[in-house]
Amino acid sequence: MIAHAIFFYTFSIIAVVSAIMVTASKNTVHSVFFLILDFISISCLFIMIGAEFLGMIMLIVYVGAVAVLFLFVVMMLNVAQQKNQWFAGQQSSRHIPVGLIISTLIFFEIIIVIGGWKYKPEIFDINNSISQTSISNTHSLGQILYTDYIHVFQISGMVLLVAMVGAIVLTFRQRSGVKRQSYIKQISRERAEGVEVLEVQSNKGVKIDD
Amino acid sequence: MIDIGLGHYLTLGAVIFSIGVIGIFLNRKNIIVILMSIELILLAVNINLVAFSIYLGDLAGQVFTLFILTVAAAEAAIGLAIIVVYFRNSGTIRVEEIDKLKG
Repeated sequence: MIAHAIFFYTFSIIAVVSAIMVTASKNTVHSVFFLILDFISISCLFIMIGAEFLGMIMLIVYVGAVAVLFLFVVMMLNVAQQKNQWFAGQQSSRHIPVGLIISTLIFFEIIIVIGGWKYKPEIFDINNSISQTSISNTHSLGQILYTDYIHVFQISGMVLLVAMVGAIVLTFRQRSGVKRQSYIKQISRERAEGVEVLEVQSNKGVKIDD
Repeated sequence: MIDIGLGHYLTLGAVIFSIGVIGIFLNRKNIIVILMSIELILLAVNINLVAFSIYLGDLAGQVFTLFILTVAAAEAAIGLAIIVVYFRNSGTIRVEEIDKLKG
């Protein structure tokens, strides 16, 4: 129990501090790195409370794909040097009190909900199937993911497909002046436009490419 | 304090959610950081779902976390693609200069 508390506090403090640094750091590249640190510590928390599969998936999807995508875009757009200042200019400082008030309101609302909510005592006993069965988290997740939730699973696959197609369509552009191989042009060449028969006169030769 | 329960995880989720909201409001410079704040908010939701799923013994929360992960990845890809196209067209992605819609 002590170890649980120590690990929880360590990882959650790292997560909260790096979340603050994501929003507060001046350099966008540093923000992305702190986002990666945040994802890693949260996935450690997931693994610690018994959701190993989600922790690992989180590492793969967020750290391996999303954060690298962010990093790639930040470096490609060269916005790392655009300083990310909160208090720059008159116009932007107007939003700061509003934002602070709204977010503290949201925070305290959530805290009130968490603190004032009591469970029925029997809800913890009803189907405590995770801790009682001997199969692993991944195994049990797979057992319901491909049976009860198969439609949602396929729809999420479609969401990913649409996102992929959309991202490609958005960023694709046809440049002018780039030489490309055109297969249809190559295979539809006729003999008349490719070959010419000349009468070569003696000692004069043929002029090519005039 | 020592006995870690459901409330601790929910509080962590609330803190990270609020930090994400603060990030959206306070950041007036860089739209990529706003996208990262949205990722933080989705992460907080995931923490809540996983904590409830573990402590109530119902796997549905973890399944839905998986789907939120999917949607978050799709959203990041589309959002970054839109940002790249906008940067190519107008040369800036500073939040206060994005006013083409006159909103």
